[in-house]
Amino acid sequence: MTNEEKLYNSGVLTEKRPGAILPPRELWEKKKNGLVIIECPQEIPCNPCYSSCPTGAILPFEKIIHTPKIDYSKCIGCALCVASCPGLACFVVDLTYGSEEEALMKLPYELLPVPEKGEEVDCLSRIGEIVAKGKVVEVTEPRKDRTKVVHVVVPRELVDDIRAIRVVK
Amino acid sequence: MRETELLVIGGGPAGLSAALEAASNGCEVVVVDSDLALGGQLIKQTHKFFGSESERAGTRGFEIADILLNELEEMKGRVSVFTNTTAESYYRDTGIVGCMTNEDDYWCIKPRKIVNATGASEKILPFHNNDLPGVYGAGAIQTLMNVYGVVPGKRVLMVGAGNIGLVVSYQLLQAGVDVAAIVEFMPNISGYWVHAAKVRRLGVPVLLKHTIIEALGENKVEGAWIQAVDENNQLTGEPQKIECDTICMAVGLAPTVDLLWQAGCEMLYVPELCGYVAKRDTQMRTSHPDIWAAGDAHGIEEASAAMVEGRIAGLGVAHALDHIDRMKFGEKLGIYWKRLDNLRAGSTGEKIRCGVGKCTCKCWEVD
Repeated sequence: MTNEEKLYNSGVLTEKRPGAILPPRELWEKKKNGLVIIECPQEIPCNPCYSSCPTGAILPFEKIIHTPKIDYSKCIGCALCVASCPGLACFVVDLTYGSEEEALMKLPYELLPVPEKGEEVDCLSRIGEIVAKGKVVEVTEPRKDRTKVVHVVVPRELVDDIRAIRVVK
Repeated sequence: MRETELLVIGGGPAGLSAALEAASNGCEVVVVDSDLALGGQLIKQTHKFFGSESERAGTRGFEIADILLNELEEMKGRVSVFTNTTAESYYRDTGIVGCMTNEDDYWCIKPRKIVNATGASEKILPFHNNDLPGVYGAGAIQTLMNVYGVVPGKRVLMVGAGNIGLVVSYQLLQAGVDVAAIVEFMPNISGYWVHAAKVRRLGVPVLLKHTIIEALGENKVEGAWIQAVDENNQLTGEPQKIECDTICMAVGLAPTVDLLWQAGCEMLYVPELCGYVAKRDTQMRTSHPDIWAAGDAHGIEEASAAMVEGRIAGLGVAHALDHIDRMKFGEKLGIYWKRLDNLRAGSTGEKIRCGVGKCTCKCWEVD
């Protein structure tokens, strides 16, 4: 088993693949409120991302086990899928936010303590390494079901590395 | 002696669904469950379920239990529930089932039909000192944490990266417990990839091709030795010490089928369904004309599938008791099977499809 296989086989995305791709760069750069990134590369019977999407950006599943497909032109970065996905596999990235070095990520969060607005948090990579500090600007609970969506300002060059936050206390 | 049209044994996702389907079609139903409350394993599931809306995807497991119990409440005229009650014997000559309530009150019931929805029991792994206090099955940890609000320890070694091992690891992190590592004998996780990604990004190592060889400690767990296994599944390399005070085994389940054996149902060993299961037709009926089964007792699978299987079994009973006509039965059966087929499609459902194929027949289907 190569190192890459070991990582992927244990739940770490090592390269883009069907069900786990980035939005088209040109659209992404200018889309206010951001676009969704879904990292769901395995065929599992699940479709709440599609059924929660208010704009039809997540395309209907021909079969429920298919991996999600996205029409990015329709995505408004609302993060309802972020709050709905049982696998916590949806993330919204807004590249239009803040300065040229910054971006806004909307990440699912189901731990305690819940970060507060203005709080500085650790930003974690796909293997849980601290790769940056981020500043929380908003915490929402779109479905009122205890899955929070944390809006955090992160270094722009790390939007494809950061996938979670940890409250530092 | 108490009599009933349908006795449902086990009030988890499959049993509750069977009871609801049968009762909504007009059957008189008795549900017995060995636990203090209905809901089975659902009440311990704090994560959101997969599947589609008809399987209540996106809803947390314990909330699905609440929904099912509310629906059952609406049918209480036709449904009687006995908790803390174990169905422990089936008498072939009379069709009577012996039940024990509160461990001291033995009573008998004569049902016309039975749905065996008894779920599964956890497998354990042999390793040195696996009887030390602090070595748990994943179900026990879920019960402690998610039913009684008690954490099992401060730092856990998880053995097994199936969905249960991955989900319980995540629940431990949510409860503020460290997960030192997840060891998995196989070269890949067998649970959903996204469940693994959730714990990986919170810093939990998943050590593939590794196993536990010994629990350390005199009177309680004070650590563990783990070791890698090679391509021939033999131990290899130097053992590695893991600092932990709790060891959680999540190494699989086996269908609970004792009553089906007692009843003389035709049984098959199906590895893909994780043990002995009853041969069944497409309405979940066993070779015994009065006994159906559903859920994990019919083969280990996800709760979403168990709920559909329960619906099918309840429907089959309602039809057998002439509560619904043949056309309506066929129509609903088709809808439920489509849902079940959808849940079992794709590469993750391959094992289940193969196992179900080995033990499903049409031969004793009667109208």
